[in-house]
Formats: sequence, structure tokens, C-alpha cells
Amino acid sequence: MNQSMDNEIDSIFQKHQRNQREALIPILQDIQEQYGYISEEAVQKVGLFLAIPTSKIYGVATFYDQFHFQPKGKFHITVCRGTTCHLEESDNLLEEVSKYLKISQSEVSRDGMFSLETTTCMGACGRAPVISVNGNYYEQMTIDTFKELIESFKQRAL
Amino acid sequence: MIFTIEVNNKQIKAKTGETILSALRRNGIDVPTLCYLPELDATGACRICVVEVEGKPQLVTSCSQPVEEWMKIFTHSPRVIQARKTLIELLLANHPDDCLYCPCNGRCELQHLAGELNVRERRFPNKKSPARLDQTCSALVWDPAKCILCGRCVRSCDEIIGVSILDLIRRGEKISIGTTFEKPLNLSNCITCGQCIQACPTAALREKEAFAGVQEILHKPSIFPVVQYSPVISVSLAEEFGIKPGKDLQGILNSVLRKIGFKKVFDITFAADVLVLELADTLLKRIALGEKLPLISSCCPGWVKYAEQYLPGNLDLLAPLKSPQQIMGKLIKRYYADMQGITPEDIVVTSVMPCTAKKFEAQREEMSLQGTAEVDTVITTRELAKLIRLNGIDINQLDEEMTDSPFASRSTAGKLFGVSGGIVEALIRTLHFRLTMKEIANPKITKIRGFKEKKEVYINIEGKEYGFAAVSTVKALPSLLDEIQSGKKNIQFIEVMACPGGCINGGGQPIQGNGETSQLRAKAIYDIDDKESIKASHKNPAVFDLYQKLLQEPGSPMSSALFTAVFNKRTVLL
Repeated sequence: MNQSMDNEIDSIFQKHQRNQREALIPILQDIQEQYGYISEEAVQKVGLFLAIPTSKIYGVATFYDQFHFQPKGKFHITVCRGTTCHLEESDNLLEEVSKYLKISQSEVSRDGMFSLETTTCMGACGRAPVISVNGNYYEQMTIDTFKELIESFKQRAL
Repeated sequence: MIFTIEVNNKQIKAKTGETILSALRRNGIDVPTLCYLPELDATGACRICVVEVEGKPQLVTSCSQPVEEWMKIFTHSPRVIQARKTLIELLLANHPDDCLYCPCNGRCELQHLAGELNVRERRFPNKKSPARLDQTCSALVWDPAKCILCGRCVRSCDEIIGVSILDLIRRGEKISIGTTFEKPLNLSNCITCGQCIQACPTAALREKEAFAGVQEILHKPSIFPVVQYSPVISVSLAEEFGIKPGKDLQGILNSVLRKIGFKKVFDITFAADVLVLELADTLLKRIALGEKLPLISSCCPGWVKYAEQYLPGNLDLLAPLKSPQQIMGKLIKRYYADMQGITPEDIVVTSVMPCTAKKFEAQREEMSLQGTAEVDTVITTRELAKLIRLNGIDINQLDEEMTDSPFASRSTAGKLFGVSGGIVEALIRTLHFRLTMKEIANPKITKIRGFKEKKEVYINIEGKEYGFAAVSTVKALPSLLDEIQSGKKNIQFIEVMACPGGCINGGGQPIQGNGETSQLRAKAIYDIDDKESIKASHKNPAVFDLYQKLLQEPGSPMSSALFTAVFNKRTVLL
């Protein structure tokens, strides 16, 4: 862990009390907010701060879908699997997307460019199926429009 | 308060505050359990122990539900039996059907329950678990495909040992048991004590078996196979053959091992005696020179790994001495080999231990010299039983034999190494002699005996008080160390054993369901101490001989060259 990361996590800890187990999830959320994921070093540091074995921290964190344990891709893609999107065949879309990007859910492509996850509802049911990339929504997605989108991102990244 | 409840239309007595299961078992009514172990917190996770309570719409888990006065219980109603059977059928849905080839065949709780509940066909289609076998650890094998998620390993690592390397990871159908970041065991903070094996109802957690390899080398003409066994084996092997726990098989053990094909048989108790002399010397020197105290024992490889991970700043407190297993191995390869004119490389030393961590210890880098390991293979008590059966030996038909010279005698102090507090007891006997040149009047130090996690004893020798502590499992250690280092307690020596009650309850011992067995194993060792006449390590004639011929005196350059151990900080996720 580099020094700046070390200091940043320390400043997250300042908002909480030492050895207080109930602070675990808020701390993990703050760390993820800051770095986009939870690293081994961060888990180790949280364990020392709260006096919890790292196995228990990992157990709690993996229980929730919101926590990630590797850095997200440059373009983080979320496919909505809510009811309306499901009726609009978001399951097929997810499968095609996964095939096209050659990654499964919660994985990051080898070049670090794309990562993929699903969510239960984005609240844009009228325009289903919906995906989001780095927080921007793209509506009424088909695999063809998705491919176009990805190519444009690739161009942008060059 | 004691009150009456009705179970299966019969009145039984129950106590306020106890669980339904406890009341049933005390009254001789058997209810099957799977995730429940008496020494662990009940979680009610597996639901095999369900019973029907009249008036309750749902079946209740008897292991976690407190018994109440109004209760009318049915333990084996058709509804209950059907529920239990379905639970087992569901557990079998993703279980590999390889019982015939499974190391756990015949002692598997899942197999046993499936039989008991008359599961005779696969009701749910088999969905193979994608989980991979973890064979990275030198001591344990983790086979998640056989895991039924009862969580006993997780709780035993948390509650019994206090290391907490495991937890339930993820949830729902993706749930599994794993370490932090699902590291393979060799890169995790596992101390390889093997208590999780004692807890596991299936073969999901098991020792890395080595006895088949031993069988192979026994009949190779180029190899000189030698065996050495821990002080504990003689009092626990009997259980594997259906003999009452606590029977001492020392003499028979020697003849069994020769019958299997080992050319020489040695008792590691001898090496324990050597270690007591060296430990006493190290302690007295540290006290005399005002060096850092307390001195902490380093015989338990599980504890040593724990210290390397969790207490890197205190590694200089550990006695820089090898464990009896490694001392014995070293003496065989460096001294006995020379004496007999055998090339050390031709000798294969097999160690029979009650311990899985000893497998890890034997392959530590500093435990070999120029590619020759001091101990080549370590097998557990359970593996020895398998080796005996493989060779078709009937242990009831054998005469007692002696161990081989030049290490043929032992003291009962060395034998005490198998129980928590035993190293302290052995050390006090020898310390007393070194300080006064007289034997201690009462060698039995009862304050340091028993199964408590932490025991202390203070002994006055010629006007000076010496404090000793024995810790089993690592839970009590950090606070004790704090108390000593802050000057609150005057303790010069701590003995640490990772397993509860010491090596008699090691991870490699016969799997036992209750605490009574360990009491009987301990009693057997104390009985030997009462019966035999050589009660102190320095009175062992073979040890005396070894010092005369080779080592000169404890702490001599020769003993340091042979027995020095090294400890290094380990970086793992804690």
C-alpha cells in the first residue's frame, strides 16, 4: 500500500470509533467509494482498526453484491436485471454482452478496459432494457446498439 | 429448576435454560445432529435435529430451542422423519457420489445419516460443484465439493482455536467456505493445527495423507526405514481399534511398527527429554544474563506459525530450539547414522504424530540440511491405524517389545509433553535439580494439569520464586503476554500448545465426539507418570549417555549446532 492510500484510509477511520464492529459496513462503503474496490491491504487495515479477523470482513463483504474486490474497468458496465428489463429480455442481452466482452459478471477484461455487473433496477423501466456505463444510462439496448457503443468507447480510449 | 415435559408420550425431566436437545440426550432419546457440536455455539443451520412441538406450526431445531414447561414433543413422528430425510437428500444433491473412494468412507456423518434415514436413491438431480480441490497446504487438504456448509470448521477455528481463518463466503447458491480473498491454504493464515478436521463431518477437510507413500518405501532394499512416534500415540491408538480410550499400547506399538516393516523404532519421548535439558539451560541462562523473558516454548508448530504471523515482534521470546520431532530426526540422521555406518540419505524417517501441523513443520526450510530432511514423512495417528489395517496386523495378537537403542529409555516427564502443562511440569523437575542438585520432593504439579485454557504455577526454589504458565489454544495468550510484559505477573516461562488440552487432542488424533475421551487419554499419561520410576528427563540413562558421547552439556556448541531453530516473520492476511 502506498503512503497516500494509507493516509486516505486513516482519514476514513477518523469518522469511526476503534474496535466498533458495527462500523464495518460504513467503512467498507467509504473505501469502495474512494477507490472503486476493496483491496487486500484495505481489508487488512480495517481488520486491525476494528479488531476483526480479515476472514470475517471478507465473509461480510462478499455477502453483499455492492462490494468489489478488484479495480473496476475503465468503462464499468451495469446491466439492469429488474422485472421490466427482464420482460424486455435483458437476460439475453446480458449473455450477449458477456460473450462480446469475453467477461462474466463481476469480472474485469484483461486489458482493464471493461468490467461487468448487474443490478436489480435502475428506475428507468419505461425505457427498458437499460444499461449504464460509468453512471450514464443507455436505453432500449439491443446487442447491436451495444456493440456500436463499445466500439465508440474503444475509439475514445485510443 | 427441574420440570416435566412430555416426549413421545412419555414424561421426562428437563432443566430451565437448557435446549430441547440437551434434555432429550440426557434422557437417552437420540436425535440426529449435523451442524451441532457440544463444544460450539449452536446455530441451528442444518435443521437435521428438528422435532415436532405440539402447538407450533413449524418444526423446531432442538439444538438451539430452549425447552419449556408446556412442551409436548415428538422426536420421530412421520413428519419429522420425512423432513430429516428430505434435508439429507438435498445435501446429497451436489455431493460427489464417491464414497467408496473417499478417505472418510465409514466414518462420514453424512453417509451415516443417509443410511439411518434410509436414503436409497438420488431424489434430486446431481449438480456437480465447480469448486476446486485445494492441495497447496503441506498438512491439510480442502475439498469444497464434499462440503455441506455446516460451518463446524468455521466455528471451531473461531471458538476453539481462536485464529479465525475461515468464514462463509458469498450467499445463496454461491455460498462456500473459504479464507480471506479465498487464498489457497498455504498462503492463508492457517496454522495447520487440524482442529477443523476434527470438526468436519465429511472429508471436506482432511489431512494430506502420506501413509501410502510410507508403505511403498518400506520394501525398497536401498532404503533404511526408521520410525519415530510421539509420546501421545501409545495412549490414543487403541481407540482406532475399538479398544476403550486411554489404554496404553506402548510395547505393542513397538512390535506393530516392526511388523509393518520399519527396521528401527524410536520413541520421540527420548527427544522430549533432551529438549527439557536444553530448555532448562536456555531459561537459566536468560535469567542469569537478564535477557528478554518470558521464554516461550516452541515445540508446537501450529503455535510457532501463529507467532510468526501475529507476534513478529516477540519472536525472540520463543526458545530457539527445535521440537522433539525434529531433534529426534536430527539425532537419527546425524548421530545414529554415523554410529551404524549408514548414509543419512538412505535413511527414511517416518514420524507418527497426533498432529497435522507436524507435517508442515517437517518441510520447513530450516528442518533440512543440504537437501536431506531431518524427518522425511509425517503421518497422523489415524493414518497409522490405516497403515496397520493395510498390513493386516491384529494388534490384539502381539507381544510387547522395546524401542531401539541408543535411544531406548525415556522418562515420564517426556511423556507429559502430550498434555497441556506437561512441558512446564517436566521443566520444573529438571530446573529444580539444576538449581539445587536435589530432586524435587513432589514431582506432581497438579496446578498445571487439566484442560483449562490458561494455567499458572509459582514454584519457590531456594528462596527464589519462578513463575510458569501453560496455555492451550492461542486465545488466552495475547492477554497473558501483556500482563507479563507490563510487569503485572512474574512469569519466566510459558508453554503454548495450539490444540485444546495439548497434543492428546491434536488434529491428527482419532476423531472423537466427546470430551470424555480426552480426559481418558490424559489420565493414561498421568497414570504412566505415577507408575514408572524415571520421572525426570535428566534421569533418563540414554539421555545421559548421549550427552557423554556427543553433546557434552546442554547449550554446548554441539547442541546448538544440531538443535537451533529459526523463526521468521510471515506476511499473510490476518
